[in-house]
Amino acid sequence: MATVSRPAETPLVLGEVTLADVTRSVAGIVEAKTPRAWWAAFAFTGTLTLVLIAMLTYLVTTGIGVWGNNSPVGWAFDITNFVFWIGIGHAGTLISAILYLFRQRWRTSINRFAEAMTIFAVTCAAMFPLFHVGRPWRAYWLFPVPNQWSGMWPNFRSPLIWDVFAVSTYFTVSLLFWYLGLLPDLATLRDRARSRIRQIVYGVLSLGWRGSARHWRHYEMAYLLLAGLSTPLVLSVHSIVSFDFAVSILPGWHTTIFPPYFVAGAIFSGFAMVVSLMVIARWFFGLEHLVTMKHLENMNKVMLATGLIVGYAYAVEFFIAWYSGNPYERFAFMNRALGPYAWAYWTMVACNVLVPQLFWFRKVRTSVPAMFVISLLVNVGMWFERFVIIVTSLHRDFLPAAWGMFRPTWVDLLTLAGSFGLFLTLFLLFVRFLPMISMSEVKAMMASEEAA
Amino acid sequence: MSVEQTATMAPRVYGVAAEFQSPAELLEAVRKLRQRGYQRLDALTPFPVHGLDEALGLRRSPLGWAALAAGLTGASGALLLQWWTGAVAYPLVVGGKPYFAWQPSVPVTFELAVLLASFAAVLGMLALNGLPRFYHPASNHKRYPRVSDDGFLLIVENDGPAFDAARAAEALRAVGGQHVEVLED
Repeated sequence: MATVSRPAETPLVLGEVTLADVTRSVAGIVEAKTPRAWWAAFAFTGTLTLVLIAMLTYLVTTGIGVWGNNSPVGWAFDITNFVFWIGIGHAGTLISAILYLFRQRWRTSINRFAEAMTIFAVTCAAMFPLFHVGRPWRAYWLFPVPNQWSGMWPNFRSPLIWDVFAVSTYFTVSLLFWYLGLLPDLATLRDRARSRIRQIVYGVLSLGWRGSARHWRHYEMAYLLLAGLSTPLVLSVHSIVSFDFAVSILPGWHTTIFPPYFVAGAIFSGFAMVVSLMVIARWFFGLEHLVTMKHLENMNKVMLATGLIVGYAYAVEFFIAWYSGNPYERFAFMNRALGPYAWAYWTMVACNVLVPQLFWFRKVRTSVPAMFVISLLVNVGMWFERFVIIVTSLHRDFLPAAWGMFRPTWVDLLTLAGSFGLFLTLFLLFVRFLPMISMSEVKAMMASEEAA
Repeated sequence: MSVEQTATMAPRVYGVAAEFQSPAELLEAVRKLRQRGYQRLDALTPFPVHGLDEALGLRRSPLGWAALAAGLTGASGALLLQWWTGAVAYPLVVGGKPYFAWQPSVPVTFELAVLLASFAAVLGMLALNGLPRFYHPASNHKRYPRVSDDGFLLIVENDGPAFDAARAAEALRAVGGQHVEVLED
C-alpha cells in the first residue's frame, strides 16, 4: 500500500517543554526582580509621556492654534495620528478573534501581547479626536446624553457620530476580551504569589477563578462569542473610520474603495507593530521557545499579503481617478504624486509597497534584524499613508483661491512623539505586571498537540 | 450537648478531592467514577480539557442565548434612540436628508448590538459561574495552587445525606487519585 508522506508540521512550542515550564517562563517574568534595562526604557518612555501631557496642557490652555491646522487643512496631524493608532490596534483583534475562529493555533503565543497592543493603541487613538474638538471638556456632547440645552441631541446622520460609537465600542469590547482571556492567568499569578500585596491584587483581579470544569464550559462559550462579535466589529471600526472621509464629497476622499482599503492597511500596520515589539520582547525576556520563528514568519506573511492589498488599492485609486473622467479627482491624484507633498506620497509607496516585497524571500522572512527594520519602515509608511490621504486632499480642493499648505508645528511633532511615549509606557507596565503570553491557551494547545 | 448541636457545629463536608497527573488520567477517572454511580463530580484544571464536559455530563452553555437577547436589545434600542432623537425630539434639517432613515442608522445600531452582546457574554459567564467569589472549599486542598499550573484536581461533591466521604475517598484512590483530601466548607 502506498503511503503518502506528509511534511511534519513545525512545532509551535520548541524543545521539551512541560506545562510547568510554561508557567515558569511566563509567570517568572512578572515575578522576577525588575530588570535595569526595564527601568531605563521606562524612564525614557515616561519622559515622552510627560512631554505629551505638557503638549496637551499647552494646547488646552492656549488653543488649537498651537497646532499647524489651518483653513483649508482643518484635519492634519491629529486625525492622521488618530487613524494611525486605531489601525495599529486592528492586528490585535485580528489575531485574537479572526485567527481564533479560523482555528489558527499559532496565534496562542502572541494573542495576549497583540490584544494588549490593541488596547493601548486605541487609548492613544481616542485621545486625538478628543483634543481635536478644541474643548475636550465638552466632548460628552457627542454622546446621546442630555446636555445643558436639554432637548438637543447628536446628529446620527453624521459619520463622525458613527465613529464615536465605533471607537468606544471597540475599546470596551477589546478590554472585555482581553480581561476574559487574562482571568485564568491572573489566577495562576495569584496562586504563585508570595507577598501579601500580590496575593490581594491578583486575587481580586482573578475574581476567584479556580478552573472548574463547569466554569470552563461557560468561559469557552463566552470566549467564542466574543471572538465572533469582535470579528465583524473590527471590520466595522475601520470601515466607519473610512466613512469619515468617503462620505464627504472631497476629491481623494469620496471613493467606495475606502472601507476594505482601510481595513487591509490597518491589519498591515498592526502586524508590523506586533513584529517590532515582539522581536524585542522575546529576545529580552528569553521567550524564543514559545514565540518561535514560525510565529514571526507567519506574521511576516500576513504583512506581505496585506501590503499587496494596500499596493493594489493605491493603483486602483489612480486608475479610477483617470477612468472616472472627473477633472477634480484626476487633479487630486496627480497632485498627490507630483505636487508639493510628493515626497510624502513616495515615502508611503516605498515603505508600504516596495519594502515588504522583500518578504517573498524566506531568508528575509526568517531574519530577525531584517523583519525588525522592515516592520518599522511599514509603520512609517502607514503613518504617511494617512497623512497623504488627509493633507493632500484637503490642501488643494475645488477652488485654487482657497488652496493652502500645512506645516506641522513643534507642538504637532512633540504630541506625536508623546503618543508613542504613552503607548510604550503602557506596554512596559503590561510586560512588567501581567503575563504577556496566555499560559492557559498555550497549555491547552500543547495538550491537544500531544493528543493528536 | 445534644446530638443536633454537634451536627450543626461540625464543619460541613463539601466533598472529597484527589489529584491526577494528566488530562488523560483525569478523564479516565471521571468515566470510572461515573460508572460507579458518582454523578456530582467537578474537576479543576489549568486549561479547558477537551472531552471533559461530555465525561462529566455537562450540557452546552446557554450563554449564546443571553448574548443574542442582549444584542437584539442593543439593536432595537439603538434604532429607537436614533429615530426618536432625530425624528421626534429634535428634528433638524441637515443637507435635506430625511429625519430618519435606516441606511445611516446601520453603523450605530450594529455597534450597540455588539456592545450589549459582549457585556452579556462576559457578565453572563461570571454570573453563571457564581464569580466573583473569593473563598471556595476547594482552595483548602494542599495541592490546589497547582491547579492553575499543571495539576488536575477531581472533586467528588457531597450530594446529600447518603454521601459517605470515606467511601468517596476510597473510590478516588481506586481510580488512581493521589493526595486524597476531604474538603470542608
